[in-house]
Amino acid sequence: MTASATLIILMAVLYAVGVYVLLERSLTRVLIGLMLIGNATNLLLLLMSGRNGEAPILGDGVDPADFADPMPQALILTAIVINFGVTAFLLALIYRSWFLARLGDQADALVTEHEDDAELADAVFTETEGDDDAIHDVLDASEDGHDDHDQHDDAAEGARA
Amino acid sequence: MTDVLIPLMVTLPLLGAAVALMVGKSDRGQALISTGTLAAATVIAVLLLIEVDGNGPAVVEVGAWPTPWNIVLVADRLSAIMLVISALMLLGVLVYSIGQGAADGHRETPVTIFHPSYLILAAGLFDAFLAGDLFNLFVGFEMLLGASYVLLTLGGTGARIRAGVTYIITSLISSVFFLAAIAMLYGATGTVNMAHLAVRLADLPADTNLMLHLMLLLGFAIKAAVFPMSFWLPDSYPTAPAPVTAVFAGLLTKVGVYALIRTETLLFPGQGPGNGLSVPLMVIALLTMVVGILGATVQADIKRLLSFTLVSHIGYMVFGVALGTQLGMNATVYYVVHHISVQTTLFLVVGLIERRGGTTSMTRLAGLLKASPFVATLFLIPALNLGGIPPFSGFLGKAGLFLAGADEGGWLIWVLLGGGALTSLLTLYALARVWNMAFWRSPEELEGGYQSTLLDALVENPEDDGSVKTRTTPRLMVSTTVAMVIFTLGLTVFAGPLFSLGDRTAAEILDPQVLISLVLPEGVR
Repeated sequence: MTASATLIILMAVLYAVGVYVLLERSLTRVLIGLMLIGNATNLLLLLMSGRNGEAPILGDGVDPADFADPMPQALILTAIVINFGVTAFLLALIYRSWFLARLGDQADALVTEHEDDAELADAVFTETEGDDDAIHDVLDASEDGHDDHDQHDDAAEGARA
Repeated sequence: MTDVLIPLMVTLPLLGAAVALMVGKSDRGQALISTGTLAAATVIAVLLLIEVDGNGPAVVEVGAWPTPWNIVLVADRLSAIMLVISALMLLGVLVYSIGQGAADGHRETPVTIFHPSYLILAAGLFDAFLAGDLFNLFVGFEMLLGASYVLLTLGGTGARIRAGVTYIITSLISSVFFLAAIAMLYGATGTVNMAHLAVRLADLPADTNLMLHLMLLLGFAIKAAVFPMSFWLPDSYPTAPAPVTAVFAGLLTKVGVYALIRTETLLFPGQGPGNGLSVPLMVIALLTMVVGILGATVQADIKRLLSFTLVSHIGYMVFGVALGTQLGMNATVYYVVHHISVQTTLFLVVGLIERRGGTTSMTRLAGLLKASPFVATLFLIPALNLGGIPPFSGFLGKAGLFLAGADEGGWLIWVLLGGGALTSLLTLYALARVWNMAFWRSPEELEGGYQSTLLDALVENPEDDGSVKTRTTPRLMVSTTVAMVIFTLGLTVFAGPLFSLGDRTAAEILDPQVLISLVLPEGVR
């Protein structure tokens, strides 16, 4: 079996970068890491098909011995579609998690998804620019969020007293 | 007949999902379609089991392409047993969730996506059990996982999103291992058909075999929640709605166990070059049992406690697979059936407890025996069953495994039997404590600032906000749970026929030559 050295190196780099990014704290980076690893695996499948060759279509004057192996390509296609679907779902989840973090204490009180959320989401969107930075800020903020919460309670109790 | 029945098992739920999505506006229509679909699937599964048990394995070449370039669906006794038990559980939990949805309205389970996702989960499960090639197994896994992502994050609350992200990322990593293993297997052998792989893998050098074997096992072990790859399970399952947790706990990890059984018997049977992984598997089984149950003994939240027992009892099945003997496989098959039904039932009962008592934390539950003796009985029976009290099926399954182990002998196996007995006792301890606190303790004791050494070491669920919200227990939910409990008792009553079916199954999976010659045409090697 022969394989292209460029592809092998590319695959190794994709795996390495993917695992590195996957270990980050921010969810968008985790997603990017997963996408890189997924594509590295697709490359691995492609590499396993062996040598290069003609398009595997029967016709006059084509020797089947020259064909490239079509099977891994079919497998890759399926894997890409699955990866695509899961990535889209994860993006939706990440958006939701960012949105909830952004809402802070209000998030727990939200019941109806579409009516209240849509307005709030618009408001939130107009406030921020540069998604990744914003998400980082929010992630940090949400960790400190509990302290804020306590302070609010203290303030409220103080007012009552 | 099997030519039609086997593909129907997969296509029917998919079709049902599409139709259920189309009638999304009508709760009743959706409930009717999904119940009808799963009831039909159950009937088909039972027919398949009868057919396969009588006439041997059945093979369908989908799309009529010649093997080994096609997609084959294979039903042997093991597949058929898994199909029957999973279809039954899916149906039971579906009826329970319809009861719950009717009582609560749409807040916890948005109906339009619940039923279609549930049916796709069913299709993925059935496809995985019927897959005759590894890549189709992968697709089946992805179908059921994709549906499970949606089900786990239903409603999109903060806790569910957080749990869902952990679960999805872990599942994706395991899928990457699985897909990479498929790629390597294809590179080494030039096929993904399991029967074909079984023939060709036997010719590979021992070290190549070992590497491929380990990669596959790694992917499946994450899915089956085998220690140390079990960390994700107790964290993610309990946050989902009760019926969803019940299905996940009962069925999803068992798909991993099923794949492990196939790997160890068909692809890499013990006698092949470099295949002897029985000893490492046994060590892992021991650790899964003991570490899992130690986690369960310190949980205050009953759902988390049950999730830890779930992880721990996977160890028994891995032990049976590692034994790899006729007796061992027989007991494993029985244990899988027992564990699927008992875990599912227990989670459904906990759903009832949550509604009756308003919480699932045993530090805040009290007096349930007096308040609702019926729910108490429903909890006690499967709890004793899981703890391995005779004459329940938990005892019979463990006894079968222990006998199979004793038959084999050796110091490692004796250590495992000790660990298994300890796990069984600790399971009983954890569940007896739930009984003491939630059922026997009177509400006055709870109000009077109850102190007990039993509660000292307990860890609360980090997501728990300490609220107590009781709700009604609709009749449909209770009667479904009763039916499930009766079914688990049936496993004891019909243990004799089940063990003899398990015996035939074990004989079949331990001698894969029959299946291989059936799947592969003459002369293909």
